Order: sequence, then C-alpha cells, then structure tokens
Amino acid sequence: MGEWINTILQGLLLGGLYSLFATGLALSFGIMRMINIAHGDFAILAAFAAIAVVEPLGLDPFVVLLLIVPLMAGFGYVLQRIILNRTLGQDILPPLLVTFGMSIIIQNLLLVAFSADTRSLSVGELGIASVPLGGDVAVGVFPLIVMAVAVAVLGGLQWLFSATPLGRAFRAASDDREVAQLMGIDNRHIYGVAMAIAMGIVAIAGVFLAIRANINPTEGPARLLYAFEAVIIGGLGSLWGTLAGGVILGVAQTIGGKLDPGWGILAGHLAFLAVLVVKPNGLFPRTRER
Amino acid sequence: MNTAVIQRATRASRIGAIVGVLLVLAAISMPWWAERSSQRLAAEFLYTLALAQMWNLLAGYGGLLSVGQQAFIGLGGYSLVLFGLQAGINPFLIVPLAGLITGLIAVPTAAIVFRLRGAYFAVGTWVVAEVFRLLIANTTSLGGGSGTSITSTVIGIPAWWRESLTLWMALALGAGATLAVYLLLRSRHGLALTAVRDSEPAAESLGISVKRIKWFVYIASAVGCGMAGALIFITKLRIAPEAAFSIDWTATMFFVVVIGGIGTIEGPIVGTLVFFILRELLSDYGTWYMIILGSVAVAFMLWIPRGIWGLVGGRFDMHFFPVQRRLKLPEPQSNNKEE
Repeated sequence: MGEWINTILQGLLLGGLYSLFATGLALSFGIMRMINIAHGDFAILAAFAAIAVVEPLGLDPFVVLLLIVPLMAGFGYVLQRIILNRTLGQDILPPLLVTFGMSIIIQNLLLVAFSADTRSLSVGELGIASVPLGGDVAVGVFPLIVMAVAVAVLGGLQWLFSATPLGRAFRAASDDREVAQLMGIDNRHIYGVAMAIAMGIVAIAGVFLAIRANINPTEGPARLLYAFEAVIIGGLGSLWGTLAGGVILGVAQTIGGKLDPGWGILAGHLAFLAVLVVKPNGLFPRTRER
Repeated sequence: MNTAVIQRATRASRIGAIVGVLLVLAAISMPWWAERSSQRLAAEFLYTLALAQMWNLLAGYGGLLSVGQQAFIGLGGYSLVLFGLQAGINPFLIVPLAGLITGLIAVPTAAIVFRLRGAYFAVGTWVVAEVFRLLIANTTSLGGGSGTSITSTVIGIPAWWRESLTLWMALALGAGATLAVYLLLRSRHGLALTAVRDSEPAAESLGISVKRIKWFVYIASAVGCGMAGALIFITKLRIAPEAAFSIDWTATMFFVVVIGGIGTIEGPIVGTLVFFILRELLSDYGTWYMIILGSVAVAFMLWIPRGIWGLVGGRFDMHFFPVQRRLKLPEPQSNNKEE
C-alpha cells in the first residue's frame, strides 16, 4: 500500500515539472494563438546551456538559473520580434512549420555541440534527499521544490494577468488583435514579451528536468507532447488547468510505469486521449478556441 | 452556334500529359535497361512523391495539418510483420492490404483527433502516432522495441522480380497518388475541397459538408501512407518502431511540399526533385545536412511561402495539372455560361 501511495505522490509532484513545461506553451497558445513545435527543444537547449556553464565553472545549478532564464527570455523576445511575428496570421501553417524547422535545427545543433550522449546536472545531496511522511511513505525534496516553483510561477502569472497593465494588454491582444492595436497596444512588442516569459519559464523547466533525469539533444519533441497534453487536459485558456493537467499526466505516467516499465509514457498518452474523448474542451476550459 | 465553352485543358497540360506518359513508360521499362542502384533511387523518389502528394492533399487542400502521418506509414510497415512474417502472404500483395488496414484504423483515429482543431489537431495526430509506436514497441510478438527482420518474407522471390516489382509498385503509388489527387480535384468533390481550402465558413454556407470532406481526405491520406509504408519496409527489410513511426517521415513530407509549393499538384513533384538533389549534394555532411534542410524550410516559409511552383507556375500561368475551369467566350457577342 505504501508503495502505491509513494507512486501516486511521485506522479503528483512530477505534475509540477510538467506544469512548468505546459505554462509556456499555454501562454503562446493563449496570447499569440500559435503553437510552438520547438517548445520542448528550447527547454533542452536551456538545459544544455546550463550544463555548459555548470561543468567548467562548478557553479550551483540554481545559481545558473539566474543567468540562463534572462538569457533565454531575451532570446525569446528577439526570436518573436524577428521571425515568429512574421508568421502570425489567419493561416496556421507558417508558425507551425517555422517552429518545426527550428526544432530540427536546434536538435541537430545540440548533437553537433554535445554529441548524442545523455547528460544531467547534479545538485549534490539535495537531489536524493527526501522527507519521510510516516510509515514507508516519503517524498523527495527536489520534486517538492519543483512543485513549489510551478505553483509560484502560476501565481505570479495570475497576478500579472489580473493586476498589471501588461497583463491587460496580454488579454486584449489575445481577445482581438486588431482592436487591441486600435487601442494603442503594440502587438509585436506584446507578443515578444509573452514569448520572453514563455521562454524564461521553459528554461526553468529544462534545467529542472536535467537535474531530475538524464537528457539528450533529441528529446525535445517528447517534452513538447507532454506539455501539449497537460494544456489540453487542463482546458484551453486556464492557467491553473495546466497544473491539473500536468498532475493528471504525471500520475498516469507513474502508475503506468509502475505496472510495467514500458507502459509509463503510453499510459500518459492514453489518459490524454481519454480526456479528449470524454471532455474535448479539457477539464477546466476558460476560453473557446477559434 | 456561338456558345461559351469551358476550357479545362491548357497547352502545358497537353504537353505535360505526353511527357508524363513517356516518363511512366520509361520507369516501367527500367528493369530492362537501368542499373539496380538507379532503379532503387527511382523507387525511393516515387514513394517519397506518393507520401508528399498524400500530405499535400491533407494539408494543402483539406486544411488538415497533420504532424502524425508516420502513424500510418508505421502501421503499413508493420502489416508486413503481421501478414508477411506471421501469415506468410506475399509481401507485394500486402501493399494494397496495408492500405485497407490503415484506412480502417484511420476511422476511429479520425473520431478522436477531429475533436481538435488547427494547430491542436496537428499535435494531436503526433500523439496518436506515438501511441501506435509505443503499443507496437510493447508487443513482443511483433518484435518489440528492437524491431525485427522481415527478410524471410521476400525469400523465394527471384532478385530481378523483387527489384522490378518494388519499382513498379512505387510507380503505381507515386504516379497513382498524383493522378488520384488530380482526378479528385477535377471532380465535383474537388470543387468542394478547394472551397473548403479557401474558406470553411463560406464552403459550409454553400451546402458543402466540411466535416465529411475532411474525414474523407484524412482516410484517403491514411490509405496512401499505409501502402507506401508497406512498400518502404519491403525495400528496407528490417523494421523497428523507432524507424517506422519516426517524425522524420512527416518532416520529409513537410519539406517537400513546402519547398515545391503547397496546394498545387506540381509542387510535390518539384519538391521531391529538390529534396533528392539536396540529399545527393549534402548527405556527406551528416548532422549539418539536417540543419541545412531545416533552415531551407524555415527560409521558404518566411519568404517564399507558396514554394517554387507557386512562384514559377504563377509567374507564367503554367498548369501541367489544370484543375480550374476557364470560360472561353465566343467572338464577338458573348453568352455567359455558369459553371
């Protein structure tokens, strides 16, 4: 019994990581109405950038976040302004295809720079420390930190959206591009800022992933799929829904993996498809997709 | 009688038809005059063309941006394992059978992925492809995660016949897919399909069942990809889930169709040519080859979104596969005839 409680707790906390991946994707879905196929690859890119800094300098991965997150955010802003803004419009093919191309480019550039070997980041003792909850039930300290960060990020975004002029501009640009522009909002800049935030969050997700597990240059697409599933399960337009979606996905994967090691990821996908069949708009939909 | 006539052929299309027939005859006769390596290249060219036409039909005309066509390529390939390796059916007979199987599997798949729209649909199809990959990787009787050799299915077929049949089947798929899309677009349903491509609400308001036409295109494309998948793995003789359900298949289709010109029949042909030329030139560069392909695709989408054929065909008003109806009015007084 304790074993199963542990499994479910692990899945719940894994949901924190998935939520971090999903939040950035949900932002670009929600505000730019585009799907970034390279989303997972950007996370892996951030993780490898962190590895490249941590290994020679011997810095703590948490300190490196202070460097990587602004760097990726700046990169996101420039990318959106220079390339991605040009692809936005009625047709959904250009953003999809351009980010698909970027995904291939990033994966192969990482292969050139870091080879196909798996890598990870070490946080020393913290990585294996756990909190006993009585009996043989315990939770890892690091997964708890990840979950806390995920909740903090969502809380921060909630505040940003509801209480700041920037958040108002985000919502306006999301509701109606043209009218927002008429009201004096510079959509190109707003989209750039949104991408910067999305990229900053996914950089955190990438670094946390590399602390938690081994990563290799070609696993970005798998991360994109989990993020996408969390967004759809949670319901489009719902920030906290991504956390629920991430948790459901995480629990499904850990339970599946517990039954048979080959079934973990499959169980996650099947949970996603099941939600799609039963509730096509997700569990907590806030907006209707157009 | 002075009446307006509707012209459907163009001079380019008459020349194109003659060139097309000559090319098909040349390809059929290849086993008697060409080397084996060029036959293989021709077969690869033709099945790539078939895949590109299928994706073009789906995305360019049906507006269904699938990133998951590798699902049907993989399932087509695995038909060989099930029916060839285990049931002992001749692999070349399995090719049409694979089309039937993937078409049947596409029906429930469509029911699920059609709950998603646009870009969400795209990623949804990818998830479905992953589900099929993982299901097969977890089925030990189909070879499991490490895959299986399918060489024993072709043992007993003389080498000459094997190579020739592969080429002819590839020809049937490549030329057949091109012709099928062409005929479909010239038909009544083609008119509906182009209307759906241009504006879904407008098409719906004219009484077209957008849903039914999208469903039809999705199934048709699954059948085409399934048959191509079976043929592809007859040439490879070994199948593993990673290779069969690889996103690279869809990346190739994307690349070919976008470079050539999406939403045109000529586009995939031009794109396949460019793809093979680039591959011959750059394949020695390994990883950099993929980086260049990706960059070329991004550059095209940003600056030449209509692709090479969109640029050339539009510039010279050239149509080898004319699907539009042109009204030719008699001189001097005119009489309108509506189509």
